[in-house]
Amino acid sequence: MKRRDFLQQTVASSALIGLGGLTLSSFSSSSVQKKITILHTNDVHSHIDPFGPDDGRNANKGGVARRASLVENIRKENPNTLLLDAGDIFQGTPYFNYYGGELEFKLMSMLKYDAATIGNHDFDNGIDGLYAQLPHAKFDFISANYDFSNTNLNTHVKPYKTFVKDGIKIGVFGLGIELEGLVTKDLYKETVYLNPTEIAQDMSRILKEEEGCDLVICLSHLGYNYRNNPDKPSDLTLARATKDIDLIIGGHTHTFLPKPTIEKNSVGKNVLVNQVGCYGLYLGKVDFYFDSDKSKSANGTTIIV
Amino acid sequence: MNNKYFLGIITLILLMSCKQDMHLTRIEGERIEINDSLTGNQDFEDFIKPFREHVNNDLDSVLAYSVGTYTKNDGELNTAIGNFMADAVLEMSNPVFKTRTGNDIDIVLLNHGGIRSILSKGDVTSRTAYQIMPFENSVVVTGLKGSSVKEMVEYLQKAKRAHPFSGMTIKLNSDFELLDVKINDEPIDDNKTYYVATNDYLYNGGSNMLFFKQGDSLHVLDYKIRNVLIDYFKKVDTLDLKADNRFIKTN
Repeated sequence: MKRRDFLQQTVASSALIGLGGLTLSSFSSSSVQKKITILHTNDVHSHIDPFGPDDGRNANKGGVARRASLVENIRKENPNTLLLDAGDIFQGTPYFNYYGGELEFKLMSMLKYDAATIGNHDFDNGIDGLYAQLPHAKFDFISANYDFSNTNLNTHVKPYKTFVKDGIKIGVFGLGIELEGLVTKDLYKETVYLNPTEIAQDMSRILKEEEGCDLVICLSHLGYNYRNNPDKPSDLTLARATKDIDLIIGGHTHTFLPKPTIEKNSVGKNVLVNQVGCYGLYLGKVDFYFDSDKSKSANGTTIIV
Repeated sequence: MNNKYFLGIITLILLMSCKQDMHLTRIEGERIEINDSLTGNQDFEDFIKPFREHVNNDLDSVLAYSVGTYTKNDGELNTAIGNFMADAVLEMSNPVFKTRTGNDIDIVLLNHGGIRSILSKGDVTSRTAYQIMPFENSVVVTGLKGSSVKEMVEYLQKAKRAHPFSGMTIKLNSDFELLDVKINDEPIDDNKTYYVATNDYLYNGGSNMLFFKQGDSLHVLDYKIRNVLIDYFKKVDTLDLKADNRFIKTN
């Protein structure tokens, strides 16, 4: 027997002994709490250095090295943390023009990002340019509604990824915006865009029912909301048209939400939609608290934003 | 019962009871501003430094000298900075186009809004090109019949803005009515094909330049506007830019 297994079993047996004299009711009242922290960025657009003191809009804000310190502190406080990015990693500073995204991916790997989805600007050096930088990314790209079968990204991008943190299973799937009219075809080539609403309905069912996830997160680059084009797929239309999604992390529209939006899904349950603007000026943080005591969730989940 | 087997079973029971019993009770959301109250992680600073130094050294190496400060608001219908951009696109792109097709570019048309920064007096660097043209747009050339070029002229006449162009002269009267238009000093021939260079954004209907839709061909030169500017800065020593008579109205 390996030493590690032995230790686990010893802990298990002593725990049982400890519980031996307790009644069933006291077992359930000594409830277990768990906390999952989701950190997220979107539309960082190659902003690696902080804005300078003279910048008209974002003076002294942003910066990857500062984000690293912040993420490190949060992970120390709660190791059960995921770090996600909702796309448009590329384009916006000369770092991208000089290095083609290499530095962005290397830094995100050092930051230990768990997953990212693909934004329209991530095609700016063509699908081949994105493919060429993949060796620098030690995190997975997820997109459920881009069919890359006839491109070189085939098999390199997964529709979703699941994580287990402290026994809590978290499913994250990715969604991308329609590329036609936004990106020239020469750049995205044979990438096929599929209806994000239908895909999201499918994904949430797979993650909830087949994968048995406790938390379902959608990582979206659809955009928050299109006031003048309300039928265009967006994070808000998606929230309303689906069920079993707990959190939609958005991007594309550079929407600075001071706090997550609470929207009702297709069965009247709450779903959170969040987006933190752009350029790495903010880090989004959503904490999910779980309790083994069912009575604590009898009145529904409390949302504090 | 084997002790190991027994321990295995109770471990399994405990794990199952834990897994089944977790309920989502509370969600808390917040956003955290990244600002100078946070100290940058030193490993990250050290990693970024050589990349930053290389980029900055390259961006700040002097390519040319500008004798004045030029902005896109310096003139009504044509400006020194706009003329320079359109002329640079013509001068730098034409050899590429000619090599590929055997034809010459007749006209260049860009858009006034596409000049994203001023050009300051003094040293001109690659950074200047990034400031003037931060976007990735590239030069494309399309063949337009003379009749479509006339629509283009009408567009410019109605826009009343200093959209940068090259290869053409337009004279309007004080009511912005067309007095005269010439392409390379010749009147427009309705049936002739003129090769018009622009950027991919405008070609695809940006700034409502819908006449590009009538183009009979599309030549993508794989030449970014920004690189046109950088190459032009490398080619010339001094920038002494002038507004001229290419687009004027009489008083």
